[in-house]
Amino acid sequence: MLATLFYRRLASPLHATRATVAAGWAAVLVVATLLTDNPLVLGALFAGVLAAGAGAGVGHELARTSRTVLIVALPIVLVNVITSREGLTVFARLGDLGPFGQGNLTVEALVYGTIIALKVGLLMLVTTLASLTIDPDELLVVFRRHSFRSALTASLATRMIGVLAADSQRLAEAQRTRPGAVDPTKRSPVGERVRLLSAIVGSSLDRSMDVAATLELRGFAAERPRASGLRLPFSRHDRAFAVSAACVLALALVGAFTQMAPFTAYPLVRMPVSLATITLCVALPVALLFPLLDRRGIE
Amino acid sequence: MRPAIAFERVTYRYPTGSQPALRDVTLQVEQGELCLLVGRSGQGKSTLIRAACGLVPHFHGGTFAGRVHVGGMDTREDGPARLGAHVGVLQGDAETQLVMSSVRAELALAMESRGHGATAVARAVEEVALALGIDQLLDRATHDLSGGEKQRVALGAALAGRPGVVLLDEPTSQLDPVAGDELIGLLRRLNQEWDTTIVLSEHRIERCLSAVDRVIALDDGAVVHDGSPATFLRWAATAEPTLQTPGAKLFALAGISPPPVGVKQARAALRREGLLPPEPRPGDSPTAGDPRRLHAGGKLRRLAGLRSAPTRHREGDDGAPALALHGVWCEIPRGPAILRGVELTIQPGERVALMGRNGAGKSTLLRHAAALVRPTRGRIERAGRVALLLQNPGDYLLHERVREELSPAALERAGLSALAERNPRDLSGGERQRLALAIVADGGDPPALLALDEPTRGMDREAKAELAEELHRRARERQAVIVATHDPEFAAACAERAILLADGRVLADGPAGELLAGGWYFATETARILGGAGDVLLPEDGSELLRAARTRDAVAHIVGEPRT
Repeated sequence: MLATLFYRRLASPLHATRATVAAGWAAVLVVATLLTDNPLVLGALFAGVLAAGAGAGVGHELARTSRTVLIVALPIVLVNVITSREGLTVFARLGDLGPFGQGNLTVEALVYGTIIALKVGLLMLVTTLASLTIDPDELLVVFRRHSFRSALTASLATRMIGVLAADSQRLAEAQRTRPGAVDPTKRSPVGERVRLLSAIVGSSLDRSMDVAATLELRGFAAERPRASGLRLPFSRHDRAFAVSAACVLALALVGAFTQMAPFTAYPLVRMPVSLATITLCVALPVALLFPLLDRRGIE
Repeated sequence: MRPAIAFERVTYRYPTGSQPALRDVTLQVEQGELCLLVGRSGQGKSTLIRAACGLVPHFHGGTFAGRVHVGGMDTREDGPARLGAHVGVLQGDAETQLVMSSVRAELALAMESRGHGATAVARAVEEVALALGIDQLLDRATHDLSGGEKQRVALGAALAGRPGVVLLDEPTSQLDPVAGDELIGLLRRLNQEWDTTIVLSEHRIERCLSAVDRVIALDDGAVVHDGSPATFLRWAATAEPTLQTPGAKLFALAGISPPPVGVKQARAALRREGLLPPEPRPGDSPTAGDPRRLHAGGKLRRLAGLRSAPTRHREGDDGAPALALHGVWCEIPRGPAILRGVELTIQPGERVALMGRNGAGKSTLLRHAAALVRPTRGRIERAGRVALLLQNPGDYLLHERVREELSPAALERAGLSALAERNPRDLSGGERQRLALAIVADGGDPPALLALDEPTRGMDREAKAELAEELHRRARERQAVIVATHDPEFAAACAERAILLADGRVLADGPAGELLAGGWYFATETARILGGAGDVLLPEDGSELLRAARTRDAVAHIVGEPRT
């Protein structure tokens, strides 16, 4: 699972975009998700993000995250249905729950729980997309100009996840080759995993010592003058994703603060669908996806 | 002129060490010198390198006496961060030398840390990437790189600021022979073109001896020899034979002196002795210079037959093979094919060396053999258990005491009973290797096949010889052995059959003598010196050949008819 969340340079317009612009674009998707409650608009965003993942060559990873979203969504919906008391359309009565009052399950709570789950799922998808397509080092270079050591520590943490994941995989393989281990192609039982985990924790200390030594040699503790950044011209992809981010943000703001996509969950579900709503549902994915159509200069 | 590195009576002990790791070391390395540090494992080579870059004592602590000056700075006063501006360091494990997520960021880090401008950093990154041939990797993620690629990137990171002094601790340990030779050539070029002072430690001395200016030998933390490669070989012949190169050993056993520094010098000496034909002159027929002409026939073949005969298809082996791979493919989903239709049969008691470049598929093949991975196509038959020893023996050791890792009987068999109460992490590299080998091989039923993945990484010659002997012993007990290795000398010592893998395919499969004598990179030093004559791989066999040739009509012996 961890291995799927790492940045890997692929030939796609999103990968070819500078990290700051791509991060801004991803941040706008997060803002749009948080601003929107209308399930149709959220659905359009969800589909747009999945399509963006496919356009960036990470569709399989996003599909895998979608499966995880389903696992996360179920408890969210259940908790909201059980705890919300604001809906009026009761579909099941659990009776008197003592100090918790009447246990009435409502359609409104079910719908709003689904919307919260959809939002959480969208945030997970956007995070996965950003992890896979934005070079963390390039992004952290910007922060290094302001707070060198903090940004470097963040870079290191990103890198160490990979190192420790590889260590644990290696250790697990070694344990599976020990005589008496279960079928080597199968996963090890719980007891072995615990022992393995303790070995990984132990070896991570050795790892951190080695990495700390390397950092020392690379001048982590050196006094350094403030250096200026390299000014690179904006590429066609930088410009396209910047425009896309601006459009998505504008549409999300319009959708949230006007009556283009009205929606209320409580006390009764109300979702009038107008031409404006449908326009918003079409415009958002289009604004999100158009930069991915230009495949020039992406290698 | 001020020396690049100066040690003055340096004695150092690690915080947990009972004995000093360095003892009264005094030496100077001049600007622009290329020095080789040699010695058996645990004799202080890595510590000396750490002392020269300030990690000792600033990072490791311990008790430090004496002074080390590098580029005019005193390591007592200037720590690794300040020294790092003048000293580039590549330590043993490339994995922990990489701290950033992408190659470009990795190469830039040291210069950015010291506040160089973005333009200077970008230029340095491009230059060092081009110099090391890693420009194709610049946008790759560091966790995606192979071991050899990581090693090159880590070297690039050490060189990016163009330091005046470069210190390298076993830089070729994870590289295949091709990449290893390229790296040594590159270091020589850096040394000659940039006047960079280079100190490197290596166990495979023959690989770099001809490229260095000077050799410093350490024993028990003290400098026991400091001189030119030629004087080192003369010293090693009597004082420390385990440090002799195969070429020097070949000459010593054959009674030829002086010992040669490299293949070129050795062949020149043999030509002077009349044991090799003169270099072909311009205008000679094309076959005159054909290296195949150097292969021996007739009497030489009989001489070569003194060695164990190849046993690819053993007579009398009517039973099931220890391992049989039938058209095995390993295809990564949405990725490359790592193995491409591999056909391979290994008989009980057979010793096989599996060779090939980094990324050729050797480790994947062994993982399939041990059923760690299932083939995406094809079929694998095993006569019994396959015991696989992976690259890092420390991965097998999870307990606090050696006795908890293995039964007393198995410890006894492995000769490790005396270490039963020790913590496995405190064992030496060779002891850890033996323990891990005993865990996989003796911890259950006797295996039908023992597979070892790069078992000699970081091992000195003595430990390699012990391991080779252990593998011979197991083969005599009818265990088949397959060893993936980059070390042709070890392959020659332990295997009777060699397989060359490339791009997931078996390129060549035959007696070790044929495969390791006829190649260029995948050949032992003895074979390269003798031009593959008689398929001889080891100095002992080569010296017999030379002695026999010297007593008869030499040229007639060595320059036999081409091998058929």
